[in-house]
Amino acid sequence: MAGLASTFGSGAMTNSINEITTDAELMFLIGTNTTEAHPVIGYKMRQAARNGCKLIVCDPRHIDLVDEADYWLRQKPGTDIPLLNGLMHIIIKEGLEDKKFIEERTENYEELKTIVETYTPEHVSELTGLSVEDLYAVARLYATTDKAMLFYTLGITEHICGTRNVMSCANLAMLTGHMGRPGTGVNPIRGQNNVQGACDMGALPNVYPAYQNVTVPANKEKFEKAWGVSLPDKMGLKIPEMFEKANEGEIKAMYILGENPVLTDPNSNHIRSGLENLEFLVVHELFLTETAEYADVILPAASFAETDGTFTSTERRVQRVRKAIEPLPGQANWQTICAMSNAMGYPMNYKSPEEIWDEMASLSPSMAGITYPRLEAKGMQWPCPTADHPGTGFMHKGKFTRGLGLFQPSDHIPPGEMPDEEYPFLLSTGRILYHYNVTTPYSMGIQSVWDREWAEVNPEDAAKMRLETGSQVKVTSRRGEVVTSVKVTDRVMPGIVWMSFHYKETPTNALTSHHLDPITGTGEYKVCAVKLEKV
Amino acid sequence: MEMVKLIIDGREVEVPVGTTIMEAADQAGINIPRLCYDPDLSALGACRLCVVEVEGNRLLPASCVTPVYQGMVVKTESDDVVEARRTILELLVANHPLDCMTCDKMGDCKLAEYCYRYGVKGSSFTGEKHNYPVDNSNPFIIRDLNKCILCGACVRACNEMTGQDNLSFLYRGFNRKATTAADVPYIESDCVFCGQCVAVCPTGALTEKSMAGAARRWEVERVRTTCPFCGTGCNFDLAVKNGKVLGVLSNPDSPVNQRSLCVKGRFGWDFIYNEKRLKTPLIKKDGEFVSATWDEALDLIAARFKEVKDKYGVDAFASLSSARCTNEENYLVQKFTRAVMGTNSTDHCART
Repeated sequence: MAGLASTFGSGAMTNSINEITTDAELMFLIGTNTTEAHPVIGYKMRQAARNGCKLIVCDPRHIDLVDEADYWLRQKPGTDIPLLNGLMHIIIKEGLEDKKFIEERTENYEELKTIVETYTPEHVSELTGLSVEDLYAVARLYATTDKAMLFYTLGITEHICGTRNVMSCANLAMLTGHMGRPGTGVNPIRGQNNVQGACDMGALPNVYPAYQNVTVPANKEKFEKAWGVSLPDKMGLKIPEMFEKANEGEIKAMYILGENPVLTDPNSNHIRSGLENLEFLVVHELFLTETAEYADVILPAASFAETDGTFTSTERRVQRVRKAIEPLPGQANWQTICAMSNAMGYPMNYKSPEEIWDEMASLSPSMAGITYPRLEAKGMQWPCPTADHPGTGFMHKGKFTRGLGLFQPSDHIPPGEMPDEEYPFLLSTGRILYHYNVTTPYSMGIQSVWDREWAEVNPEDAAKMRLETGSQVKVTSRRGEVVTSVKVTDRVMPGIVWMSFHYKETPTNALTSHHLDPITGTGEYKVCAVKLEKV
Repeated sequence: MEMVKLIIDGREVEVPVGTTIMEAADQAGINIPRLCYDPDLSALGACRLCVVEVEGNRLLPASCVTPVYQGMVVKTESDDVVEARRTILELLVANHPLDCMTCDKMGDCKLAEYCYRYGVKGSSFTGEKHNYPVDNSNPFIIRDLNKCILCGACVRACNEMTGQDNLSFLYRGFNRKATTAADVPYIESDCVFCGQCVAVCPTGALTEKSMAGAARRWEVERVRTTCPFCGTGCNFDLAVKNGKVLGVLSNPDSPVNQRSLCVKGRFGWDFIYNEKRLKTPLIKKDGEFVSATWDEALDLIAARFKEVKDKYGVDAFASLSSARCTNEENYLVQKFTRAVMGTNSTDHCART
C-alpha cells in the first residue's frame, strides 16, 4: 500500500474487477494465487483467458491459473525485482516504452533507466532461473498489448522488499502507459473483506479517516473540532512496534478487536511474550482465540450477520452489511465500543451505524458523497467527493492523485533469511481455497472436510527423505517448530516447502521470519529457512 | 444499431438484430416458459419447453436460440404450442419423483411452476424410472439425480461461471446423466464446492444441505449482505427463518459476483453458530475466565484503562482494529484510541 501511495498518491486498487471480463486484453499476475485466495476474481480471470485475453503468471508455485496461462514465469522465490527490472530492461532496449505517457505523466524516469540498465536478460536469467526467451516474449507481449491489467497480492508484499516490489510493479505499468484507462492499472487484490475499509477509516497510526495525515496541523485541528478534544501530535505505533514496546514494557494496555495476531502474525512467540507482558488486555472477539487467552477481559463480539454497517471491497466499493439476526451476545460491536467510551467519560451516543458513517463521511473528502441510501443498489466506489458524483471505477484518468507518477526503481534485495546447511529448505506460506485465515476452521462443514495442514513437498525431496503423502514431519526454523502432514506434489519446486496458516494444531507462523519490510512493517511470510525431519 | 420489427402475440416489438425470440418477448413483458435457459449461461436449446409458433415455419422452434427477423409473426401460447409443452412436461414428469410435498425446492421449482401453469397433474407415459442413490457425500450439497431434468445448467455453470470443468453429461439415452468425471460422488471429484450448480438448478436435484427440511422457500426472508471472508466484495442473501440463518442464496443483482460465490462465502457462514461462540463478557480471575455482566466488564475496563493512562501516560496504550469488522466499527476504534486514550497507536492487519 505504501508503495502505491508514494508512486500514484493512492494506495488502492486502481481499476475494477469487472474490467477483467469486459475490457482487459492481457492479465499479468505476479504473486497472486487468485483462484484460491480470491476465488470469484479467479473465475473471471479464467473466463477472460478462455475468451482470448492473454494471461501471464509469475509464480514459483504451480498454481491453478498456470494451466490457463500463455506464459508461466516460474521465478525463484524472492526474485521479483530482478524479474520486473529485466522486463523493463528489454522494453526500453527495444524502444517499446510509452514515451508520451512517460513524458507527460511521470517523473524520475532517468533513474529507472539507469537502474534497469544493468538487468540484462542474461543476468536476470541467472538471478531468477527464468529463460532469456521467456523474458523477451513476456516483455514484448505486455508492452505491445493496448490494455493490460497487472495484479498482485501478498506474494509481492510479504517480503523484506515488499514495498520495493510494489514500486517495481508500478514502474512496469507506468513505463508502458498501462494506467488510467479501463482494462489497465496496478491492482493489489486486498486480503480481508474489509482491509480496504479499515485503512480508509483511519485504523492506522499515521492517518485519520480518508488518509488525512495526523502530523498535518490542519487535519488535526479539523478532527479536534469535530470530536471536541485535543488530539496527539505524533504518529502512533505500527503493529510490530507495538509488540516490540510491549516486550520492552513500555506498552502496558491494549484493546484488540477481531484480530488474532498469535496465529496470524509472523514469529508468534514474540507476540505471545508481548501479550504476556501487558498489565491489562481487552480482547473483543467471537471466540476464545489464542490471542484472547491472554486477555484480562474478553468482550463477546457480534458476527457480520448480526450487525448493520458497511464493508469496502478491494476495488474501493463500499457495500452494505445488513443485520439478519439479533446479536448473539446481546449487542452489536459498535454498541459495545460506544459503551466502552461512555464508561470512560467520553460520550458516544450514536443511534445507528448510518449515523456513524455520516459523521465519518462529513470529515472525509474522498467519501463525502457516499450515503446509505446511495449504497442500496450496487454500492459505490470512492473517490466520491459530492452527493451527485457517480463514484470512480478506475483511478488516475489523465492525472495521478499525486500529480505525476513517480518512478521509484530498486535494485535486487535478497530475502532476509535463505536456506543454508542447517536449515536447507525454503518455506513459503499462503492461503488455501477452503479456508479463510483463522475464522473458517470454526465452520463445522468446512472444518469437517479440510481439517488439517498439508505441507507441500516436491517429489525429489520426498524421495530423498522417504516421505509420501500422509507422512508426518516436524518442520523447524530458527524461531520455532510445528508438526504437519505432507503432500507430495510438483506444485512446489525442489528445495521448497509450502504451508498454509489456518490451523491451530499446526501454527505455521511459529516458523516464519522475523524480517520485516522496513517501510510498512509487513512480515516476510513468503521466505524463511527450515529443516524437515520425519516423525 | 440495426433494429427489426416483429409481432409477438399480436403486439409489435422492435429489437436489435440478433435478439432471440425469447429476449424480444421478455422485453415486451410476455413470459415464455423455460427450463434450460439461463441468462448467465450459454443457450442450449435442450428442454424445448420454450417452443413457439412462427408463421411460415411448420416446426415449433425453441425461442431461446432462434433469432428474430424483420416481419416475423410469433405466437407464444397457440394450441399447438401448449400441446407441445404439455407433452414435454408429461415426459419429464414420467420420470420424476412426485414427492413435491416434502421437496425442499417446492415453491422455487420451475418444473412444478410450469406443471401448474399447464395443468399437468401426472403423466400418461409409463415406463422405467431412475432409482439413483442420493449423493449425500459432502457437508454442503445434496445431489438427487432422480430429480434432474437434464437441462445442463449445472454443467454450464461449472464450466462457464467457475471454469472448474468438473461436470459434464455422461452416458446415452435413458441413462444420460449430468455428473462428475467417472460418475463419482462430489466429494471424490474435482469439485471445489462453489455451489454455482446449486444456484442455477431449476428443480430439487441440487439443494443446500443446511436448508434441508428447515423451511419452504416462501417462508424464508432474504437479507442481502456482503461476504465476510476475502476482499472481493461478493454479495449474497442470508436465508432467515424465525430469527435464524439457514443458508446462503445467490443474489443475481450482486454488482461484482452476480450469482457466483466460493465455498467459503456459500457454505462457510455457519461459523456464526459454532458452539464455541462467546455470548457473555468474561473476566479473568486467578487465571480462569469467569462470566460477567456487561456493566461489570465495562466498568473494569474503564477503571484499568484510566489507571494506565494516569500512571504511565498516553503512550502506554495501543489498539488493534480489525480488517474483518465493519467500517463503522473501525471508525469508532480509531476515534476511541485518538479521542479517548490520546494516542495515534491504532493499527490492524493490513500489513500482514
